[in-house]
Amino acid sequence: MTATTTPPASTATRPSTLRRLGHWAMNNGALVGLILLFIALFIATPAFLTVGNLVNIGIQASVVAILAFGMTFVIVTAGIDLSVGSVAALGAMTSAYSFAELGLPGLLTPLVGLLCGALAGAISGLSIAYGKLPSFIATLAMMSVARGLTLVISDGTPIATSETVSFMGGSIGAFPVPILAMVVAGLLCWFILSRTVLGRSMYAIGGNEEAARLSGLPVKRILVVVYALSGLFAGLAGMVLAGRLSSAGPQAGVTYELDAIAAVVIGGASLAGGTGKATGTLIGAILLATIRNGLNILNVSSFWQQVVIGLVIALAVGFDVLRSKSSR
Amino acid sequence: MLTITKSVLDRRRLFALTAAAGAGLTLAACGRGEGGDAAGQRVTLAVSTQTNPFFVELVEGAEAEAEAQGITLDVQDASDDSSTQANQLANAITQGSALVIVNPTDSDAVSTSVQSLNEADIPVIAVDRAVTEGELASFVASDNVAGGTQAAEALAEAIGETGQVIVLQGIPGSSASRERGQGFSEGIAQFSDIEVVAKQTANFSRAEGLNVATNLLQANPDVVGIFCENDEMALGAIEALGDRAGSEVMVVGFDGTDAGIAAVSDGTLYATIAQQPAELGKQAVSLAADVLAEEDVEAEVSVEVVTVTEENAGEYS
Repeated sequence: MTATTTPPASTATRPSTLRRLGHWAMNNGALVGLILLFIALFIATPAFLTVGNLVNIGIQASVVAILAFGMTFVIVTAGIDLSVGSVAALGAMTSAYSFAELGLPGLLTPLVGLLCGALAGAISGLSIAYGKLPSFIATLAMMSVARGLTLVISDGTPIATSETVSFMGGSIGAFPVPILAMVVAGLLCWFILSRTVLGRSMYAIGGNEEAARLSGLPVKRILVVVYALSGLFAGLAGMVLAGRLSSAGPQAGVTYELDAIAAVVIGGASLAGGTGKATGTLIGAILLATIRNGLNILNVSSFWQQVVIGLVIALAVGFDVLRSKSSR
Repeated sequence: MLTITKSVLDRRRLFALTAAAGAGLTLAACGRGEGGDAAGQRVTLAVSTQTNPFFVELVEGAEAEAEAQGITLDVQDASDDSSTQANQLANAITQGSALVIVNPTDSDAVSTSVQSLNEADIPVIAVDRAVTEGELASFVASDNVAGGTQAAEALAEAIGETGQVIVLQGIPGSSASRERGQGFSEGIAQFSDIEVVAKQTANFSRAEGLNVATNLLQANPDVVGIFCENDEMALGAIEALGDRAGSEVMVVGFDGTDAGIAAVSDGTLYATIAQQPAELGKQAVSLAADVLAEEDVEAEVSVEVVTVTEENAGEYS
């Protein structure tokens, strides 16, 4: 997100509180939407606003949020990664396979999943940066290859995970590990994007790739790192997803890439690149999880749920387009 | 390809010739007309996918029956792609199959191909999934509606015929979800003390089953039973229940997958409704033999589904 610090050069020297609130709301559409949704669900049902249910929402947001943090790097550089759902499944499956079939010590199995994810991402990155493939095509290909390999390795049936991976879906005392993983991934995403040269370079590439190259940035190498990071985060998401079920499934994570993209875009990033931040992505992922949770609790017909989720995505992005137009 | 019209050859000699012809030579008998036995005739089995164990077993059942009947079975795998299946069905016409058994990738998409087969005068039998348009000699499928009712009866028995239950539905609008859901609704209506407090989709997925069951239990803490329209969602619901699965809350699944039956043996899943994929394949080929022998066959053949509980789980694992 760009214009957050400087208020518009208005005529009033000291903007009224109301105007400042309005300005804040315009710049934080997803957060306002989330707050309104919480209020509406709180009024609609007493089962919604309980500690237990808020923890549920956090856990249910975790997998998509972790995928979406990785996706944020990609979208900031004006790319797209359609492979993350499949790569998460592949990471989970290689991890489970290395434990169940190859007898790898359980403690090492999460590393297998993370490395597998990073490797898949790096391959996409190489074909985008050096092979000149559009990111849409390169990652579409990886989506198919990773899903296919998952089916090949698993022979079409779920495989049980190691204790260590199951722990990643469990809890430490009362605190759920998936939420911890989401927080760690979010902090890492925030740190890289806002506190490192690498992160600033991503915004530069997304803003204008040619200008970034001419100003001396190693654009190709950075792009490989960006997609490797997305793959690494997908590997982590795969660990959490498999850990929650103590099982890696061949069809796990199908269409999760679309949820991840939606979360990033709801969070205020533009698919044109150059904008996007970790906090927005987190809010986007929690918003999606809250909608699903609320629709379940209210027992809304499954036919209508897809309509509602589609409308929310359209509204969030439409609102963002309006905002960026009016701030121009 | 060597094509021999059946009417000019004695069928026994044709069969002997087929057996002697060996692997390199395909014999296609585009025989229609006189009645008799089906031995030696070529039948195409176009199956939707072979990455799902269910359809692997279906093909195995069909192959065993084909061997018993002396039918040459040509198995085509469409890898869940409707246009691949359309090509395979077109090839079945040019290669002179006497009959086609189709397990559609998609009931609508296959219609045009079935109509082409009708025009070529090749009888078609559908298995597991129906065909929207076009003429079928017969349709073999699991009785999903009866299975849904069996699931309702098993769940009622598990919870002592009283209390609140929830339903995890499959992919909205899919025939399996519609039929199982319909059967369950009809079955559970017989028990006046059982109340279905929520029905939500978890898209036949284990991960979604976990999330949706968690959310529904949040809204309905007094639930004592959960019916899931497949085993994967049931395993997700069991994760959501933790220690309560099988003791405080009873779960009934559908499909009788290996993991589902294992959960029944462990006591976390009260029951699953097992389909018999091998039986589906066997029945389809057996019907094909009857059609080729010009015997009358039923327009719809239901293969029964079996309620698997802890008592009989050993027979299905």
